[in-house]
Amino acid sequence: MEIKMETQKTRQEYIQQLAEVQDKVYQMGLMAEVAVRRSLKALLENDSEVAERVMEADDAIDRKIEEIEDDCILLIAKQQPIAHDLRVIATGFKISTDIERIGDHAFDIARTAKEEGGLLDDERKALIRELGDCAVEMVSKAMEAYRAADIHMADDVRHMDRKMDGIFNRTFYSLSHLVTDESKRVEDATRLLFVARFLERIGDHAVNIAEWVVYLETAERVHTKKTRHIQA
Amino acid sequence: MKMHVGGLNLFYGEHQALFDVSLDVPEHQVVALIGPSGCGKSTFLRTLNRMNDLIDGVRIEGQITLDGEDIYAPNTDLVHLRKRVGMVFQRPNPFPMSIYDNVAYGCRVHGLTDKKVLDEIVERSLRGAALWDEVKDRLNASAMGMSGGQQQRLCIARVMAVEPEVVLMDEPCSALDPISTMKIESLITELKKKYTIVIVTHNMQQAARVSDDTAFFLNGKLIENDKTDVIFTKPHNKKTEDYITGRFG
Repeated sequence: MEIKMETQKTRQEYIQQLAEVQDKVYQMGLMAEVAVRRSLKALLENDSEVAERVMEADDAIDRKIEEIEDDCILLIAKQQPIAHDLRVIATGFKISTDIERIGDHAFDIARTAKEEGGLLDDERKALIRELGDCAVEMVSKAMEAYRAADIHMADDVRHMDRKMDGIFNRTFYSLSHLVTDESKRVEDATRLLFVARFLERIGDHAVNIAEWVVYLETAERVHTKKTRHIQA
Repeated sequence: MKMHVGGLNLFYGEHQALFDVSLDVPEHQVVALIGPSGCGKSTFLRTLNRMNDLIDGVRIEGQITLDGEDIYAPNTDLVHLRKRVGMVFQRPNPFPMSIYDNVAYGCRVHGLTDKKVLDEIVERSLRGAALWDEVKDRLNASAMGMSGGQQQRLCIARVMAVEPEVVLMDEPCSALDPISTMKIESLITELKKKYTIVIVTHNMQQAARVSDDTAFFLNGKLIENDKTDVIFTKPHNKKTEDYITGRFG
């Protein structure tokens, strides 16, 4: 017996609402990515105005996560999502939390940019730029993988973590010398060490996002092995 | 406010079935009535187009208005009221006639005979009920040969053909399979752009999915009425929470 496919599409509004959650998560990711880029610019170019803007913009990121969480809670309460739909909601919660942390780290870097007074020489600036560029690329790729449901791109992000850890080790080593060299400005030098740590953490959050993209699309849990940090 | 109910009491003889119910039905919204069996939700629904008038010994106190007019006023034209406030029942109840005649029935009752106009109404109503593509090649076939889900959408098309303003639905999906249910639910979401809908459902998840407002009835009393978003995330009344979380009874 031939089974005729029904032509009427069901649950259009619900499907639209799920798509809106994903769109909001993506938009939030872009906001965080911009924040990281600007915080780096503020730090490397001693631009306190840009730093101020990054710190102000963090409120918008925080509002966005609340919006996403509220949408997800309502969808669970009202629509009983299952299968891929449920993973859209679950990863909506998880990814937005990672993005929010990325935004917080950008805020912290911006604050350091405002308070730290030109302690970085060109060599160390280049290291932080390299670390920052890697972090931004990881966030950008992770969000693109999310938008495009591209697990291969997500895998690329996961593989970048090793590169990130290598840059972090070199940067950390160099900046730790700054702490001993600049004994009168230990506090500022330590703050810069923290910046390196924040950037490395941003990379970790990007890896988390990439792992959630794989889960979203395949329902498989993947874990990215960390390398050991701080090898002098 | 499309409909307003104020201080409604309903008695079946000596037995009181509804107690001081007040509820607003906003225009172009879906209001879901939920509650356990015998809580009065279907009785309440039937007061909105005076279907209870057909039952002997029913007495009603209070006020129900449609666009500000008292529908229980002595001069109310019941046929006209039920044209404005249509109803879809629990079990699909197509008439034993063709698909076309089912949809055209109400218009013919109201005196419309022009074939061309009827053709347009039938097509528009069937399209509106998301049924046209499935039946356009067999409009003269008997409606009794359709699936349950199709029959229910036909009943919705039949109501829409007379262009009501409010559509009352009394558990419209309880006799349908999950896919047909989802189709009716999608249809409800579409229909509210044009009509105001009040739906009785035993299925709380359905109320959550389709409605804008939800009213919870218990023992003939309206316990809580609020935005569906609120009822299903932070109900104010413990009884409501117990019911929607399945801890009741």
